[in-house]
Amino acid sequence: MQKPMRPTRQNADRRSGDFLRRKALHVLALLATAGLLAGCNMTVMFPSGDVAVQQRNLVVASVALMLLVVLPVIALTFIFAWRYRASNDDAPYDPEFHHSTQLEVVIWTVPLLIIIALGAMTWIGTHTLDPYRPLARIAPNKPVPPDVKPLTVEVVALDWKWLFIYPDYGIASLNEMAAPANVPISFKITSSSVYNTFFVPAMAGMIYAMPGMETKLHAVMNEEGTFNGLSAHYSGSGFSRMNFGFQSLSQQGFDEWIAKARSAGETLDRDAYLKLEKPSEEEPVRYYASVENGLYEAILGLCVAPGQMCISEMHHIDRTGGTTEGSEENRRRLDYDNRRLQSGDEPSGATFPASGRPPRSLEEPEGVMPRDQPGEDQGSPPQGTEPPRPEGGPAPPQLTPEPHPH
Amino acid sequence: MFSNFDLQQFLFGRLTLEAIPYHEPILLVTFIVVALGGIAILGAITWFGKWGYLWHEWFTSVDHKKIGIMYVVLAIVMLLRGFADAVMMITQKALAVGASEGYLPPHHYDQVFSAHGMIMIFFMAMPFVTGIMNYIMPLQIGARDVAFPFLNNFSFWMTAGGAVLTMMSLFVGEFSRATWLGFAPLSGAAYSPGVGVDYYIWGLQIAGVGTTLSGINLIATIVKMRAPGMTMMKLPVFCWTTLASNAIIVTIFPVLTATLALLALDRYVGTHFFTNDFGGNSMMYMNLIWIWGHPEVYVLILPAFGIFSEVTSTFCSKRLFGYTSMVYATMVIALVSWLVWLHHFFTMGAGPTVNAFFGIASMIISIPTGAKVFNWLFTMYRGKIRFETPFIWVVGFIPTFVIGGLTGVLLAVPPADFVVHNSLFLVAHFHNVIIGGVVFGLLAGVQYWFPKAFGYKLDPFWGKASFWCWLVGFWTVFGPLYVLGLMGVTRRTQHFDDPSVQPFLTVAAIGVFIIAAGILAFLIQLVVSYFRRESLRDVTGDPWDGRTLEWATSSPPPPYNFAFTPVVHDLDAWWDMKRRGADHPMEGFRPIHMPRNTGAGVVLAGLSTVLGFALVWYIWWLAALSFVALMAAAIIHTFNYDRDYYIPAEEVVRLENQRMAQLAGRA
Repeated sequence: MQKPMRPTRQNADRRSGDFLRRKALHVLALLATAGLLAGCNMTVMFPSGDVAVQQRNLVVASVALMLLVVLPVIALTFIFAWRYRASNDDAPYDPEFHHSTQLEVVIWTVPLLIIIALGAMTWIGTHTLDPYRPLARIAPNKPVPPDVKPLTVEVVALDWKWLFIYPDYGIASLNEMAAPANVPISFKITSSSVYNTFFVPAMAGMIYAMPGMETKLHAVMNEEGTFNGLSAHYSGSGFSRMNFGFQSLSQQGFDEWIAKARSAGETLDRDAYLKLEKPSEEEPVRYYASVENGLYEAILGLCVAPGQMCISEMHHIDRTGGTTEGSEENRRRLDYDNRRLQSGDEPSGATFPASGRPPRSLEEPEGVMPRDQPGEDQGSPPQGTEPPRPEGGPAPPQLTPEPHPH
Repeated sequence: MFSNFDLQQFLFGRLTLEAIPYHEPILLVTFIVVALGGIAILGAITWFGKWGYLWHEWFTSVDHKKIGIMYVVLAIVMLLRGFADAVMMITQKALAVGASEGYLPPHHYDQVFSAHGMIMIFFMAMPFVTGIMNYIMPLQIGARDVAFPFLNNFSFWMTAGGAVLTMMSLFVGEFSRATWLGFAPLSGAAYSPGVGVDYYIWGLQIAGVGTTLSGINLIATIVKMRAPGMTMMKLPVFCWTTLASNAIIVTIFPVLTATLALLALDRYVGTHFFTNDFGGNSMMYMNLIWIWGHPEVYVLILPAFGIFSEVTSTFCSKRLFGYTSMVYATMVIALVSWLVWLHHFFTMGAGPTVNAFFGIASMIISIPTGAKVFNWLFTMYRGKIRFETPFIWVVGFIPTFVIGGLTGVLLAVPPADFVVHNSLFLVAHFHNVIIGGVVFGLLAGVQYWFPKAFGYKLDPFWGKASFWCWLVGFWTVFGPLYVLGLMGVTRRTQHFDDPSVQPFLTVAAIGVFIIAAGILAFLIQLVVSYFRRESLRDVTGDPWDGRTLEWATSSPPPPYNFAFTPVVHDLDAWWDMKRRGADHPMEGFRPIHMPRNTGAGVVLAGLSTVLGFALVWYIWWLAALSFVALMAAAIIHTFNYDRDYYIPAEEVVRLENQRMAQLAGRA
């Protein structure tokens, strides 16, 4: 009777060798797929702005560092599962092997070293790429030229559209912004009602837009073109349609864009803003030739409406000790969140019975386009450029009653 | 004085017949089907005269084994509901591209994703984990029950009550549209008026009471009721993870309760904790809810890790590698889990030093987690591996979970997070670790411990079919979602303008149906195994050649678990006993002190649910009445002195002889 063969080193290698070969093929297949996928627009991995490029580099670096551990772990899972299966008499069975200080040291130290490396990268990268920090460079090895003046853009996230105010130029635009390429941009961001996130994936990371508060983002676009922008924090019924266009233009193109806005003729004063602030989605791109002075500060202070008390005034009253005189009047002036309910507009996340609609009915919330007539919208009458309609055209207008021919 | 008195509004609050969505054919049909199904089940129970059995044997039971089973049953039912939501979400997303609107309008879709997240975490994952911890942990420490058996029953019914209230929102009114966490200011009274967020708040408050009390219960059990000789460093790893998980529960659920109470005050009374105006601070809500939310996911994963440890060491016929290191890793993970919550809102603008601190702290968790993975691998090393159904889940879990962990560490780098926060990449990451970690662990646990609870194994063919469908299905859904996240696609959208996302979403939708097949295979497995139970029968109580004390009992264990409390000499106590040839004592049995069943838990939870419903609909008289009744019932229960009884020694002898006969018959 033949004695079962003790596994020599050679035999052991041969068995797991097969397996490793299969593993290697796997990895190659994955890389090939990744290559194919690269063709499909992975904006985060192939961005057009220097900040996003640095962020992407951190993504890649952290994945690479971790694959140092993850790939061996995955390989070992299959190798050990296969090799030590009960039916494999060639593999040693050592039920008393449940402790090894040496192995433990390796098991804890290697990940620790990787995390130390990643931690250092994180500390440095987080400080360098702090959105509040003005840019030091506009591209690798290209520091910001001293004569370049950063472009300031004030961003207001509304329900469910984006307002961009250019304080240096006195113009504003809706659902589209433009900037000259290779010029650092200083964003000041706020919201009118609930949280949103200002996100242009090709340019830089995102940052929250919060009512009554201002966040900042510094970024630059290195390529010319039209890029997509969106909100990345759910904000109610029209959230899915809160996309905007980001035009990265040459200096001349940008000047032309500014001129186009100036010739549009509309004024963004408080009245116009208050109308705009009402819930609506899929607003066509619109330009404002002039912006009322102090409008952005009023938006930030939640006091655009006439008579409304600004947050700063409230803080001032509190800091000087508060007051009881006129407190009812103050309370009335401070009331901001209830404006929707008071004006009869439907709040962003309303449910039955406050929504005024039967539960889960097909009736659209206010501000949201009727789904069966995509050509119509409930916002202000369209002015300025219409966004390109998707191919396929709108559904036939079934709800328009045709007189029945007799 | 009462000239403006509206009787209808007084009696019914803001509840009207309009709250039942009889306009909507789909919902109406669903409602009718569920109602008919419910009536059929209730009718069948009545027809077969089983109400007495259900009430006395199950609903009023304070036995941790029965309660554990009820928790798991609740979890499986809610899995079906949460999964139905998932199917609706992904099919809507796959359809609604470009000119197509899909079939779910935004305000309905918003409820579906909010319900999906809330139900899966609170009413699927938590009860499932709690059920398994409840069933197994007392057996593993050689105890007869948990420290507070009545509290255990009450905790279960409170969880069930929260689930009932949430399910009611499907048919009466609407559910929250403010996501599974109810972020302010969107969830406030001004931006989400209506019953949706109120259903969410009260469902969670009721369930939260149950969870907190269960946490206290299980900690007390482990600390005070271990068998003699079982020092802490001889505790099975599953019990260590149970201890860590429940320690986290008792620290975080009070935070959730307080936060939701503040939100409720904002909504009901007009306070300004989280509003935009009057000095409210919505960022505070974000902080508080994530102080709860991050440790919560470790509540879920740690017991799953414990299950994997038990399964690995049993099916590799080898003691778990690096026990001490596993224990320390568990406690370090629990400790650090309290220190990382800000990584959920790096993009809120906290500043680089704060962001970097929380980022680095988050990465640190990967070190003990990695140690655990290596320890499982080295348990397999030089083991003798049997690929029974429980173990294949381990082989699927390790590669899946480590990739989820990789993406997690990636997300922990704040600048990297800035480009993928709230994207489908994030969604893929957390499903990767929750499905690949928690769900796989729970399903492995079911395959592993089902024979203990019911006396027969589960059919291996359907078990393996379920595993493969889950594994393949999972990657088919979430692989494309990782790619979509890197394309800049965000989460919670009901429609997409860019047509290039559609192929990925379509693949994901196909994946969801593969997972559905996996769930179906699991349900079929339960049914088929029941009909084949005689051929799958295990009479030994130890079908897998187990290592821990639960395998020392019969399957199912007698009500008292152990006639004599075992004396423990080593880790893997049962393995040690088998090795030494320990004898099963056959004489000297004494009457066993047991806690009596009680209906108080059902009553209290039922009243709480009524209270929750009344608060949702502003039916103030009913709220006041049910609150008073709740207090009265609680106080009356404290006067119930008939709380215990003794199992007579003869009964114990009879059951133990039966056990010996089973063991002998097999030999």
